[in-house]
Amino acid sequence: MFEYAPAPESRSVVDIKPSYGLFIDGKFVDPTDGGSFKSINPASEEVLAEVAEAGGQDVDRAVRAARTAYDKVWGPMPGRDRAKYLYRIARIIQERSRELAVLESLDNGKPIKESRDVDVPLVGAHFFYYAGWADKLEHAGFGANPRPLGVAAQVIPWNFPLLMLAWKIAPALAAGNTVVLKPAETTPLTALLFAEICQQADLPAGVVNIVTGAGDTGRALVEHPGVDKVAFTGSTEVGRAIARSVAGTRKKLTLELGGKAANIVFDDAPIDQAVEGIVNGIFFNQGHVCCAGSRLLIQENVADRVLESLKRRMAQLRVGDPLDKNTDIGAINSAAQLARIKELSDAGSAEGAERWSPPCELPDRGFWFAPTIFTGVTQAHRIAREEIFGPVLSVLTFRTPAEAVEKANNTPYGLSAGIWTDKGSRILWTADRLRAGVVWANTFNKFDPTSPFGGYKESGYGREGGRHGLEGYLNV
Amino acid sequence: MTATATSARSDLSELGRSETALRTFLHGLPGVDQVGAEQRAAQLGTRSIKTTAKAQAIDLAIRMVDLTTLEGADTPGKVRALAAKAVRPDPADPSCPHVGAVCVYPSMVPYVAEVLRGTGVHLASVATAFPSGQAPLEIKLADVRAAVEAGADEIDMVINRSAFLAGRYKEVYDEIVATKSACGDAHLKVILETGELATYDNVRRASWLAMLAGGDFIKTSTGKVPVAATLPVSLVMLEAVRDFRAATGRQVGVKPAGGIKTTKDAIKYLVMVNETVGADWLDPDWFRFGASSLLNDLLMQRTKLTTGVYSGPDYFTLD
Repeated sequence: MFEYAPAPESRSVVDIKPSYGLFIDGKFVDPTDGGSFKSINPASEEVLAEVAEAGGQDVDRAVRAARTAYDKVWGPMPGRDRAKYLYRIARIIQERSRELAVLESLDNGKPIKESRDVDVPLVGAHFFYYAGWADKLEHAGFGANPRPLGVAAQVIPWNFPLLMLAWKIAPALAAGNTVVLKPAETTPLTALLFAEICQQADLPAGVVNIVTGAGDTGRALVEHPGVDKVAFTGSTEVGRAIARSVAGTRKKLTLELGGKAANIVFDDAPIDQAVEGIVNGIFFNQGHVCCAGSRLLIQENVADRVLESLKRRMAQLRVGDPLDKNTDIGAINSAAQLARIKELSDAGSAEGAERWSPPCELPDRGFWFAPTIFTGVTQAHRIAREEIFGPVLSVLTFRTPAEAVEKANNTPYGLSAGIWTDKGSRILWTADRLRAGVVWANTFNKFDPTSPFGGYKESGYGREGGRHGLEGYLNV
Repeated sequence: MTATATSARSDLSELGRSETALRTFLHGLPGVDQVGAEQRAAQLGTRSIKTTAKAQAIDLAIRMVDLTTLEGADTPGKVRALAAKAVRPDPADPSCPHVGAVCVYPSMVPYVAEVLRGTGVHLASVATAFPSGQAPLEIKLADVRAAVEAGADEIDMVINRSAFLAGRYKEVYDEIVATKSACGDAHLKVILETGELATYDNVRRASWLAMLAGGDFIKTSTGKVPVAATLPVSLVMLEAVRDFRAATGRQVGVKPAGGIKTTKDAIKYLVMVNETVGADWLDPDWFRFGASSLLNDLLMQRTKLTTGVYSGPDYFTLD
């Protein structure tokens, strides 16, 4: 046997402070009416840092700082000068990429190979991309002189902490808005390191403000009368509440919510690559991906063959220390999320689906869940309908292309979908009929700053990324 | 599973009887998506193999080297020296294993055989009008018989790419069958020359064709055309031997050859073998590297691991 020796990335490259304040008006400050909370490493349950919890007054201070910066500095600044700051931030992100990757893996639990090779490079790419738009907004197709909205309130999830920050902040700043961003309470640390990067880049005070905290902080932020725009990525449940609270105000809203994506494998698919795509679709980032391919639809005449290959491939997945460079699947982000994954998986077994996981040893401390597939799943099962947001795949079969499309669309969600076939015409036929914002063909979970991303139906509205991503931050 | 494997076995042996059956089978294999295959190969290349795992990998890689010289300028003196190196790659360190085989042209086989007798190092020879294969079949078979008679216990043949690309699969098949029979007890490695087949779909079909016809090993390249072994090509071939064993019960070896020069490269291949076909293939009987300069880099890295310092190239023999 060929056993890989441990190959841990050094955690000494990043300097974590014992405690962090709120980043308001260019400075780290203590909360006036809030408390504090701890951010832990989900792989070991060790406390990483104590983080300030912003109360209503702190949120108000942050919004006012953003307003002043918008009125006095960032709003009047020519696009080419805003671009200069964004390019500078992008370059610092690249220079400090190792630090950011290690911190992201520590705070979130995702494997270092993903934070190093996917998250952080995409973060840099987003800032570079939108920096390019800052002085070209009149050519973006939104009229001769598109204006920014003002102050944007942005609330982001814990699954891609720094990447979601980039998706929110880069287009907002390029379009001329200032922002108050609230990172998720389980993963605030890379956002706070990003605040340091803003200082390092000499970004004018108040253009970016980071308020940490949980649901109450987020609510205070999106309901604050001083914000002109609300952007949220997270669960459909919270998204609904936000839509209700914003309704009737002048605030512009974009929502990027949950998903239950179908990954459709036709009988002429390149099977070995389809299996890689299935694995990438559901086990990438422990399945904590809103666009995860969590429903596998296999044409029944190749189902046994595909499942046999899939199981063999799953047995190769390496679950463990997120900082080990050979780890494929890291830790579940929190105890609460682990409990939800367990609850839905138990429901899958109770409803009669057949559960399978490869033999794999899970660490004693921390939050872990073995990669799991359920076969014999029907559309009536909870695990085929509800978003699990974990490394759990539901496998269904279909007989004809029309049935595949019908099943794929039979969900309240509509964020993404995958198609695997060697026939180009079938890709186009299927993609035309799928009600999903992103359709991948013979690949999955591919992201690029130039490509718009967003959902249909209960997966939200508005697009992030590409030229389309500017629209949510312009008065058009 | 056993029942289907048994019935599949009898089915496959019939395939070589007709051009139509062969073509239907080969064109019915699942396609290979180029982007996906290359992405998977690149992913496997990012594994980090350190300390004990690296030491284990280096010794295994040394045992898997087919130490090769295939030059018009090869002489008895040159190939004898190479054979001596194959037996004792690192004269300074007796714990260093010997390589898998020495690979030479048929005319050089007798000189190498003298050196290798009783050492456990195999003697491979390229035959069948290597590297182009563009000679009448009788001449190719005579080439094989001569090499085996002179002492080669492994024959590296080239497939008839002309016939393969023209779609005459049965002709390719029959040539491999005839070559296998000319080999007698010698092991047959079938060189697909993947650089000339160009597409991964062709690589997969040629792999199955070579296995169906009785090849003991499938090998990527002659080393004589610009594109030799690559990780994605080797991945497709590994998937083919894995699926072939599942269908027929017979295990076939894989040999990437040409262009593998560094320890880092070699370790990427071993990781790929480990995670694609598993431990059964992590053995010189089932996986080989066709290479020449690779060996010295492996020795240099081996010395670095044991002593903690790099030695200059002059501390390793040039043969």
